[in-house]
This record gives sequence, C-alpha cells and structure tokens, in this order.
Amino acid sequence: MDQSKIRNFCIVAHIDHGKSTLADRMIEKTGVLTLREMQNQVLDNMDIERERGITIKSQAVRMIYKARDGQEYTFNMIDTPGHVDFGYEVSRSLAACDGAILVVDATQGVEAQTLANVYMALDHDLDVFPVINKIDLPSAMPDETKEEIEDVIGIEAHDAPLISAKNGINIEDVLEAVVHRIPAPTGDIDAPLKALIFDSIYDSYRGVIVFVRVRDGIIKKGMKVRFMATAAEAEVVEVGYFGPGRFIPSDELTAGDVGYFTASIKNIKDTRVGDTVTDADRPCPEPLPGYKKVMPMVYCGLYPADSAHYSDLRDALEKLQLNDASLFYEPETSQALGFGFRAGFLGLLHLEVIEERLEREYDLNLVTTAPSVVYKVHKTDGEVFDLTNPTNLPDPSEIEYMEEPIVNGEIMVTTDYVGAIMQLCQERRGKYLSTDYIEQTRAILKYELPLNEIIYDFFDALKSRSRGYASFDYELKGYEKSDLVKLDILINREEVDALSFIVHKDGAYERGRKMCEKLKEEIPRHLFEIPIQAAVAGKIIARETVKAYRKDVLAKCYGGDITRKKKLLEKQKEGKKKMRQIGNVEVPQSAFLSVLKLDNTD
Amino acid sequence: MGKDLSLYVHIPFCERKCLYCDFLSFNAEKSAMERYFRALENEIVRCAEDFEDYDVKSVFFGGGTPSFPDQDLICRMLQTLGERFKVAPNAEISIEVNPASAITDKLLAFKKAGFNRLSIGAQSLDDEELKRLGRLHDSRMFYETYENAVAAGFDNVNVDIMSALPGQSLTSYLETLSKITRLGPKHISAYSLIVEEGTPFSEMELDLPGEDEDRAMYHETKRILSESGYHRYEISNYALGADETYECYHNKVYWRRGNYLGLGLGASSMAGNIRWKNTGNLSEYIKTYTEKKDKECPSDQESFIPPAAEDIERLDEKAQMEEFMFLGLRLVKGVSMREFRRQFGKDIFSVYGDVIDRYIASGHLQVADEEGEVFLRLSDEGLDVSNTIMAEFLF
Repeated sequence: MDQSKIRNFCIVAHIDHGKSTLADRMIEKTGVLTLREMQNQVLDNMDIERERGITIKSQAVRMIYKARDGQEYTFNMIDTPGHVDFGYEVSRSLAACDGAILVVDATQGVEAQTLANVYMALDHDLDVFPVINKIDLPSAMPDETKEEIEDVIGIEAHDAPLISAKNGINIEDVLEAVVHRIPAPTGDIDAPLKALIFDSIYDSYRGVIVFVRVRDGIIKKGMKVRFMATAAEAEVVEVGYFGPGRFIPSDELTAGDVGYFTASIKNIKDTRVGDTVTDADRPCPEPLPGYKKVMPMVYCGLYPADSAHYSDLRDALEKLQLNDASLFYEPETSQALGFGFRAGFLGLLHLEVIEERLEREYDLNLVTTAPSVVYKVHKTDGEVFDLTNPTNLPDPSEIEYMEEPIVNGEIMVTTDYVGAIMQLCQERRGKYLSTDYIEQTRAILKYELPLNEIIYDFFDALKSRSRGYASFDYELKGYEKSDLVKLDILINREEVDALSFIVHKDGAYERGRKMCEKLKEEIPRHLFEIPIQAAVAGKIIARETVKAYRKDVLAKCYGGDITRKKKLLEKQKEGKKKMRQIGNVEVPQSAFLSVLKLDNTD
Repeated sequence: MGKDLSLYVHIPFCERKCLYCDFLSFNAEKSAMERYFRALENEIVRCAEDFEDYDVKSVFFGGGTPSFPDQDLICRMLQTLGERFKVAPNAEISIEVNPASAITDKLLAFKKAGFNRLSIGAQSLDDEELKRLGRLHDSRMFYETYENAVAAGFDNVNVDIMSALPGQSLTSYLETLSKITRLGPKHISAYSLIVEEGTPFSEMELDLPGEDEDRAMYHETKRILSESGYHRYEISNYALGADETYECYHNKVYWRRGNYLGLGLGASSMAGNIRWKNTGNLSEYIKTYTEKKDKECPSDQESFIPPAAEDIERLDEKAQMEEFMFLGLRLVKGVSMREFRRQFGKDIFSVYGDVIDRYIASGHLQVADEEGEVFLRLSDEGLDVSNTIMAEFLF
C-alpha cells in the first residue's frame, strides 16, 4: 500500500474527556461500520471497561476515509488506556503510532492525566494535535481551553477542531486534521521485515494472534518469521487488518501498515509484546528499540477461594500475561490460604482490574491479600534483598535497616480543596514540595509520598475529600531509609500470614486498631469467644473480641414441616463452606478484602 | 413404630392473621370454608384406604385457628377420621384453640366429639404485648377459656407462650410464666418470636429485647418450670411431672421420624421414608378433592402419595441419617446409639465421629447412659445453640 495514504495514530485524553466517543464517531463517519453495527462504544468492548468508563486493553481499528482532496486514506487508530497505572500499555501503543490526537474537555480543561499522556506521546516523537470536545455544553469554555493547552502543554491549539463527539458535531474536521497533521509512515518496503509487536491475544483455534506495526518490509502468508528476543520461529498462517470488532484477512502487510498475523503459536511466551518480528530467512540486522521495561510497584497474594481451582488460576494468569506484559506472578504458599501466587502490578487500579478480569472472564473466585510495595531490606550480615511478601521479613535482630519506595506525586485540584488535600498528604507521611497555580482556580500540589501510603485507599480518599475534583499522578523517585515494622494479625491467638503487612512505626497502632475493628465486623460469631489482635514484634498493640454466640431462636417446627427446618440448617452449613478455616475459626473470604479498604475518614 | 401412624389435620382459617404469623392461614367466606371441609373429608376417605393397616396413635388438629370455623365442621372431620382410620382407643387427640374464639359451646362440642387434649395459644398474659402481636384476645379471655376448658372436662391442656416479643421485659415475661404455672396446665410450649420475612413484623421497627435479655428469658423458663414441677423433654416443650405421661406424643413423632400423614391444605407428611407436602393452593386443593373420580396416580409413584402432593422427597440413607441426628437431638433425651446402629447397620461414630468428638470436647454434646441404653444428647449449652450443632450433622 502507498504509505503516503496511511495514517497511524492514537487518541490520548484524561478519563471522561470523550476519547472513546470520538473514536466511535470517527469509525461511523468513515463508514466502515453501518449505524446498525455500531455498538455503543466499539473500542471499549470489555464489560469492566464499560462500567468503569476507562479503557484497559489496547486495541486497533482500521478505517477508510475519503478526504476532501478526493483521495482515499487508510487510518489505523490504536486505542490506549487512560489511567496512570497503565503507562506501560500506553507506551507500547504509542510506539506503533506516528501521531496522536489530544482530546480536551472544553468544560474541564487540562487535567493531570492530560499532561502525563501528552508528555508520553511527545517522548515517543509523536506529532500531537489537540481537539476541543464537549463544545455544545453550556459550561464549555473553548477559548480558555485553547489558551490553557498552549500555556500549560505548549502545543499550538488556535486552529484545534471544536467538536462534540457525543452529538457528532465537526467530526469531519478531526478526520481532515488527521490527514494533514499526522505524518505518513516512512518505512522501507524493500528492506528485511521489521515489525513491532504492540499487543497479542490468545485464540483457542488460531493460537496467539500477534498485533504488529510493520516498520520495514513485508509480512505475508507462508513466510517464516522469527521473534528476535526469544529466537522462536513460526510460519505465518494468516495476516490481516483490524476491522471494528473483527479481523479482516488480507494477502500481506507492508511497511507502514498496522495489522495482525497468526502462525499457530501455542506457547504464549514466545511472543513478547515489545519484541521485533523479522524474516527468518532474511533477518534485519538489529531489532527495534524495545519498550521501556517496567517494574511492578505493588504486590499481593492471589489465591483461589476454592483450592481446587489453583490450576485454573495459573492458566488464567498465563493468558492475562500474554496481553498484559506488566503483570508479574510467581507461585507462593500461605498457611492460611494454601497454594496461590504472588503477583506484581503497576498500581492498585491495575491490581483491581486484573482481579476483576480473573473473576469475570475466567469465572474465578479469589482471595487477595493486603497489597505490599517492594521494600529493600539491609541485613546485618551485609545482604540486601527486595521484600515483596511481608511474611518473608527476617527477624528484627537480623535487620540493619529498611528502605521504602518514595514517589513524586502531583495532585491537580481546585483551590477550594487545597487545604483538605494537604491534610490528606500530611496524614500519609507526605513531604510537601510546592504548589503551582496553573489558573486562578486550580493548582498542582507536589508532594513526596511513600508508595505504601498510597496503594491502599489513597485514590478513594482523594476523591472523597475533593468531591471528585482532584486527580493524581505519580512516578517513582527512589528508595529512602524508613522506620518500618511488620504488623501481624492474630485470630484466636493464631497468626494469619495472609494479613501481615509492613507499616511505618508511627502508623502501626492506628492501622492495627482499624484492622481489628474491621475483622471484628467481618468474622461471624462462633460458639466461643475469638480475640483478634494486632502485634508488632510479638507485642500486642490492639485487640478486639468477637463475642461468643450463645443462643438460637427457637422456631416452632410446625405440623412436621421438616423440609423447612432442614433448609434452614443447610443454609447455615452452606455459609460455613464459603469460609476459610484458620485454626478453629471460620473467616469469610470478604474479611481478607475488607482490610484493604480502611478509610481514614471513618 | 412400623405400623403406627399419626394424623395432622390442617385448618387454614383465621379470623385475622397475627402480625408475626407466617403459617398457611387466612380468613374466608363461610361457603369457601364449607367447600374446603368437603374436600378435606374426601381426602380423608381417599387416604384412609392406603393406610388401613396402620394404627393411629395420635391426631392433631392445627391451624390457622381450628376453633374459628363452625364446630360442627371440625367435629365431623374427626368423626370421619374415626370411621375411616383405625384410631387406637387411647390415642392422643389434640386441637388448637384461640382464646378469642373458643367459647364454651365449642369446647363442649370438641370434648364430646372425642378430642382429649387442648392446646391454647396464650402467647402472653400482658395485654399490651398481645396487642402488639396483633392477637385478637386479651388475658381475661385466656383465663375464661382456660376455666371453660377445665369445666368442659379437658384434663390434658397445653398453653403456648412466647418470649422475645416486642416491648417485652424479663419481668413481664416471668410474670406471664408464673401466672401460667399457677394454673398448672399439663404441658407448656415456650417458643421465642422469630421475625419471618414477608410478615408485617418484618416491615416494622420492633423494640425487641436485647440478646442478653432474650437469653435470660430462655434460661429462666427452664428454671421456673422445673421449680413448678415441669420437665423439659424437647427444646421448647415442657410436661408436668417427672415421667412422659403428659409429654405430647404427636410432637415426639416428628422428632423420632415416625410415620405421619398430613391432611388438608399445605400439610406435610412422612411415610416409608418419603416426605411430601400437600399443595398450598386452596383452589387447587379443593379441585383435587372435589371431583369424584377414581384416584389417579402416576405409575412410578407409591400409591399412598396423594394426588395433590408436592415436594416429594425420597430420603436416601444419608438423608435419613441426617434427619435421625438433627431431629433426634431436639429431644432432651437425645438419640439412641443402639437405635442408630439398628436402623443403619453402622456405628454412629464411624459416620459422625469427628463432629461428635469435637462437640463433646467443647461441651455442647454429651453421652448419657439410661438404663443400659447409651444416648447422645445436647448439653444445656448445646441446647442454647442447637441449630449450629445440628447443621454439623448434614453431609
């Protein structure tokens, strides 16, 4: 295909600024889909995404656009996730593009994630042009928004299309701008094949479906390809384009194209996202620069609620890892929870999304342990190691000192809530750096925050204390020495490994007390009294008691209706089955989850 | 109890439903009641054929309010039962009455028809508490009914009382209890109120006694009644005297898994290790037993299961063992280990060893030797939390 008629781009935006709606309108206007075929939001086809209003999984779609110059152009639109946790996924999607459309809500203006995403696009040398959305709303301020884009981001915005994606206003302007402001690809069609894997999915019939952006050369059916990082080779079975919601097979993909291929690949580990695909018989000398390798920031234990489903969980994690390279996991064992996995995530939202996908898409019932960050433990014998599971913390006498990860946090907030947010950061051991006013009514607060203070419920607290107006972005600054202790929870005097976690010494009592209170609510009464204790280094610092259950109500078992009585007993028995046995105490699965959300404002 | 049978007859009519009641009952026109009794009579006739070999050891007319419909209708049912079934001469024949409707004429008629045991639903002797329950009677009416019953010749009388009522204090409950013991009925049933879903109570804000008070009422019941000469033979039932003379035979049949046939709307039955229930739909019930045609019965079904039966459950050995345990443990005497072995050919410990050991260790179960027969029973603490323990015997 003539590369000058191809445009590969993505749309970046802050959450809710209308990215997916604009994508839908563009697909509609380019006529690839009839109106009837349009789902509500074609790109967001996963349930979770729809409910949360965020996009998790990268996807691409091809459209054919007949421009005002009379020429037909091929657009490859690659969707990117919008949340800070998914920076890695954004990054690999951006690497497959030549330009980006920036959508800014005319009623909200520039937000924290707008900046984060634009900077990432600029990092990848993409040409970015802005689009002002929601101009039909009464509170829209298109001129101010343009000015803000130029002042804050520093990209030209005076001729930005003014649109309403929701009501289909001025979508044509966006399509024309794609033609004129996104550069055409410039690959060498005669060079050896060099294609970048930016995503992949597993299909039980076709094996792995690899999503590629072809930089140089041609890929076609029957050809033998090599994955440069793993050195695996395979024969191409099918190549094609991304139609909206389906695959459209074609003869070949050439330099500049975005598409997919299959090669009966059964081992999902052969196809690493970020790897370069080349011609096995005529390989290119060097792979494309790989993606930035990202390190998981948050770890937690994932256990099947029913231990019989361990292998199902393993298979599901393997499949998820295929198109989520940032997901890390390895097997681990807990005394309380049995066999499971320690999994690493980019952030708490990433953790929640994976958890939900495991539960919904793979129908698994999970128990998650309290999330933990990675601590550096310096032992007295000079050894230094990364601690990802609090249970593995050595005896305090063997520890010289510990370090914890610190992030640079930026919180964008309207001035009304600056006080409340500063208070919150203070409570979370934040170190104040500066306040920048980007407008009269909005400021960016900069703080250094320990990562372990923000992985529990910081987002929730931020939203509730700012009535939803604050947004938050962070990046790892490094490790700092800190006075940390391991807090253990004992249920009926038995330590529950799955509930142990590392906490700053000053916060140990507070958190221990809250954990005990929460567990007291969650654990049903037994025939005996159950003490719930929090301990640091063997010393009890907080205690609650679940009172013994001492009396039933005496139902009249009338007219010999035994069936009814039995149903009642069965219900009682069934409830017990859903519990975890810890010593002689039955603990509901929900108890493990509830301790993750200890709202400070309670 | 191989060839013994008990009969339960359901009278689903009340003048008005109490606010906590979730039993099958309602008010109805006189004509509808008459249609019901005609159907009931037909059911009695039909079912009797299948149980002609059985000796009927007890009959229980429950409701609803059996004292609400015209007494002739009730008495005719008992008469038909006597004609069609082999009712033993010493059979216990009980009827439930409500103080609001049990006038002297009715009591005399019941006595004459052959009822020999009367169960009076007093619930409380505190008029405020009765009002809150939505009962139609007050304490004065209860006393009148009780006196009339004695005058009519009923020697064996039960009084139902309830604890944990809205607005009830420990003091008021104990007052009710001691007033009743002074009357000296032969039998007292003491239940606690359960707020069932779907009843008006479940929609209301109720001032229910706290847990400690509730438990105190429960424990005082046992203390006061034993001081007054009653013994507890089942979780919520007490009989006067030390022996089983005044224990309710019919009640014990349920817990000992004896055969019983439920007649009337929604009545439950158990025979030959099969449980079933009559339909709870009045018009369907009437239709089934009004059409005078030959009994139709699916060929794969035991002939004694009536045509309007629902929820038919054939109990396999596991289900029988479960029932043996969770029903038997309702009796204070407990379950006989020898009887378990006789019925199932296995030692009780080989099936339930783990559970038994665990709850003996915790003090909720105990083993007792009675005249050479070993029983497993709930301790006082175990009786307090019987459901929790009983549930452990389900597979």
